[in-house]
Amino acid sequence: MSHRPRHIFAVLTALAALVLIGLGGLVTSKEAGLAVPDWPTSFGYNMFFLPISKWVGGIFYEHTHRLVASGVGLMTTILALWLYGRNSRLLMRWAGLSLFTVGAVAGFIAPKHWSDALVLAAAGLAAFGASFVWPMCEPAPKWLRRLGLAAFFAVILQGVLGGVRVVWLKDQIGIFHAALAQIFFVLLCAIALFTSRRWARLNASQDENRNRATELPPGLGVRSRSIGSALDGWARKLKRQRTGALQDAVALSDSALDSARLLVVGTTLLIFVQLLLGATMRHQHAGLAIPDFPLAYGKLWPAIDVDSVAHYNSQRIETTAVNPITATQIALQMAHRAMAVLISIAVAVCVWTTRRRLGSSHPAGRLALVWLSLLVLQVVLGAATIWSNKAADIATAHVVIGALSLVLGTYVSIFSWARCRLAGEFSTVRKNAGESPGRAGHPALPSPRPVPAS
Amino acid sequence: MTITRTATIISVLCASMGLRSASAADITGTVTYKGTPPAEKEIDKSAGEGCTTHGAKGTTHHYFVGANGEFGNVTIYLEGQAGKNLSTGASAPPVVLDQKDCEYTPVILAVQTGQKLKVKNSDPTTHNVHVQPAEGSGNKGANPIQPANSPDLSLSFDKPEMFVKVACDVHNWMFAWVSVFDHPYFAVSAKDGTFKISNVPAGKYTIVAEHRKAGKATQQIEVKDGGPNKVEFVMPAEAAKSKT
Repeated sequence: MSHRPRHIFAVLTALAALVLIGLGGLVTSKEAGLAVPDWPTSFGYNMFFLPISKWVGGIFYEHTHRLVASGVGLMTTILALWLYGRNSRLLMRWAGLSLFTVGAVAGFIAPKHWSDALVLAAAGLAAFGASFVWPMCEPAPKWLRRLGLAAFFAVILQGVLGGVRVVWLKDQIGIFHAALAQIFFVLLCAIALFTSRRWARLNASQDENRNRATELPPGLGVRSRSIGSALDGWARKLKRQRTGALQDAVALSDSALDSARLLVVGTTLLIFVQLLLGATMRHQHAGLAIPDFPLAYGKLWPAIDVDSVAHYNSQRIETTAVNPITATQIALQMAHRAMAVLISIAVAVCVWTTRRRLGSSHPAGRLALVWLSLLVLQVVLGAATIWSNKAADIATAHVVIGALSLVLGTYVSIFSWARCRLAGEFSTVRKNAGESPGRAGHPALPSPRPVPAS
Repeated sequence: MTITRTATIISVLCASMGLRSASAADITGTVTYKGTPPAEKEIDKSAGEGCTTHGAKGTTHHYFVGANGEFGNVTIYLEGQAGKNLSTGASAPPVVLDQKDCEYTPVILAVQTGQKLKVKNSDPTTHNVHVQPAEGSGNKGANPIQPANSPDLSLSFDKPEMFVKVACDVHNWMFAWVSVFDHPYFAVSAKDGTFKISNVPAGKYTIVAEHRKAGKATQQIEVKDGGPNKVEFVMPAEAAKSKT
């Protein structure tokens, strides 16, 4: 399943998506989302032909965001094709030929739109030419190909959402645009993980361990055969006992591990909800609804009656075109703060649980620590966003680290989902056998001693 | 003869009464800010190309308060006139919003429904004019581009709405607010805090002074033909209450 160049490309695509999320955050922080008022054109130009002299002020941020988004779209398309391996070459050839034809015809019929025609024809020609030499690799498994396809459709939808938000002048669409960006990034990171050698090795070792776990200890079968048929019966009995013990152990460990796994998945979902809250706050275009931290308007919970909100607004001196704040926005920010506390506790518990259940060297246990570190950084950045009066760079860093926190949560979930059952089998068997746990990330074989059936 | 004379007298009296009921007067007054408004903030225009002809620094203009409390940029209007189909916007001269040194001039405006809002670009750079009415107000948003040396834009609004935001997303420090009325009885206070609402029919009214940040103040006024129809507002409203 692992194909190194494809994996490297998947990682690069995910990184590009992270940069894009950062740029998107910057566009919102700079209140520059509508600086380029048309879409899919930019000031009437094909976006790839907008003169650099026009990239000024907010246009720079919005236009860069669009260009990088186009790049990410292209990379995602390549990745999706790559996952289909050599099977995608025929599709590429025909699609390329079609694009080239459309471009050529468009250039002939509407020479005014030569730049659009040129882009279409060039893309078509590139795809057509590439289809003769690329991709050479075998297709990825079906489920992974579908993930690639999902990423492809997600990036298309994301582009349309971004464009429609500009054309329809609807702030609410920005919230969906931001939410889908996070899902898309998670999807790409998952593909990057699933195409890695590490993941392939992990799966291979899982399969191997599963097979070996229900076999007799090495050498025992050979000995039993050589000693004689009398011992064969004992060996079969021992094997039955071992298998039964493992099944019991799995049954015993399932509930504890399932709860650990659910906790990790639940916490990850909480982070996603938190990102939605953040996106909703940002796309209200109202700046900071609460200007102080850790208190809120000097209190633990601020007053949000009509007079109080009017007073807050009277004291705000905005330097950008943000809207007046409302009671709802204050409540949203308080919910965001409360959620941050909840997530902090949940991630700390996740770290403790995963490391206790799965061992400190288990990938989930290791990643959980990184997850916690990111979360601490995220809380600091959240506070700094307020203390800096929502400085664009800090607010953007807050968005980026938020996206990474979601990905880390997803990774911990994936690893705990994929491996906790197996690791649980061994740790429970060792416990039953009176052994100290080994490196849970690379579980050793169970003890050759017979394990009494419970 | 007597009958004719009586009829003439009655006719003259009726005509004069009719004239009186159709007569109109001006409401004049001042708005004063009591207290110290929050300090305005500096804006940095250096990021905008063509914005720094008169310096890269500017200030916000939320509170336009003079040395003696003269409160400018307050919108004053007669309450209860909405929905009476009194708008003369179609024939009223356009209101001008200029973009100069990458700042809007003025930052607070008022127009009638159907009245033209002429947007000029006096800068050697591109602006976008992002009109952002409230959701459900009935007014349409717009976001036209206005490059340097391009013709004036002409905008208008269909429905009454207070403080419609107009902003430039290219230069995020540029924003202005337009209030829309469906009658002609409104004004925006000048730098010295004075205002004048012209041609108000005689009668009793509630007059409102509204500022985006300082809130609202209201007073009752009886407009009399030829009489001094003066109103003095003190804002914020709490300050006015403490004064009385």
